[in-house]
Amino acid sequence: MSVDLANYVALSGVMFFVGVAGVIVRRNPLIMLMAIELMFNAANLALVAFARAWVANAGHVFVFLVITVAAAEAAIGLAIVVAVFRRAKNVDVDEVASMHG
Amino acid sequence: MIAFYALAVVLIASAIFTVTQKSPVYSVVGLLVNFITLAALYFTLDAEFLGVIQIVVYSGAILMLFVFVIALLSSGIGPFSEGPNRLPRIALPALLATLASFGFLAFGLLHAPLAPIPAHASASTLGAVGNANVFGSVGDFGVALFTVQLLPFEVTAFVLMVAVIGVVLIAGDAAPQQTLGTHPAKRRARERESIVKVLK
Repeated sequence: MSVDLANYVALSGVMFFVGVAGVIVRRNPLIMLMAIELMFNAANLALVAFARAWVANAGHVFVFLVITVAAAEAAIGLAIVVAVFRRAKNVDVDEVASMHG
Repeated sequence: MIAFYALAVVLIASAIFTVTQKSPVYSVVGLLVNFITLAALYFTLDAEFLGVIQIVVYSGAILMLFVFVIALLSSGIGPFSEGPNRLPRIALPALLATLASFGFLAFGLLHAPLAPIPAHASASTLGAVGNANVFGSVGDFGVALFTVQLLPFEVTAFVLMVAVIGVVLIAGDAAPQQTLGTHPAKRRARERESIVKVLK
């Protein structure tokens, strides 16, 4: 009945790479932010699995911290999208290139 | 065992659905399925409190934020305009990077001493909520959060405060509309500029 820890870590890794592919390939910043959320959640799954394997709830507290950071990141990212859209009427990340260093 | 594989299939399928949809609204639906499945996986790992806040915070708060921004940006303006497709240019390096990353992952999983997850005796079948002795329950998590792990809790508060200030500065009314009388919107914009100046 029990599932190996490696299964959870492999699942987390696959989900993380789906998120990485989304950030690399997609051009819509909203979908890129969602792919970043996928990566956050993949990391959370690995943390919860490790916490369960060693019966240590420090991992749970760290997942709590990661969820907070993800919420802050989503809020600020969406605020940037709204601000850019107000200025440029355009949300394609390749078109919004006026901040090239 | 069967539950894990069913949830894993749904999790990966919804993640792929999320990043392949053309419209962000469909992506949000895929992400919703993904988060709820992940909450179910947390329950299989005895993390009851995290499963609940996964649903409340992600499905309830963050996805609603996405939906509101999509509705705001789409209203009356039509679909997003998009530039040329950059996928052909980056396909090969992206494929190489992905294969290399998968290789590292497989190597790590095959060589790491990952033991099977042991059953622990304190798991209760009657619902563990509030019982501090049960791993992953609200009581267990709360005791850890407010005693041993107090610093992450304080950092959480600081991060949220920074996020609130940042969002107001970035997306506040940048072009205040004309109002009668004392122009409160202009006054707010001036105050915000003075805050930015101080922060610089």
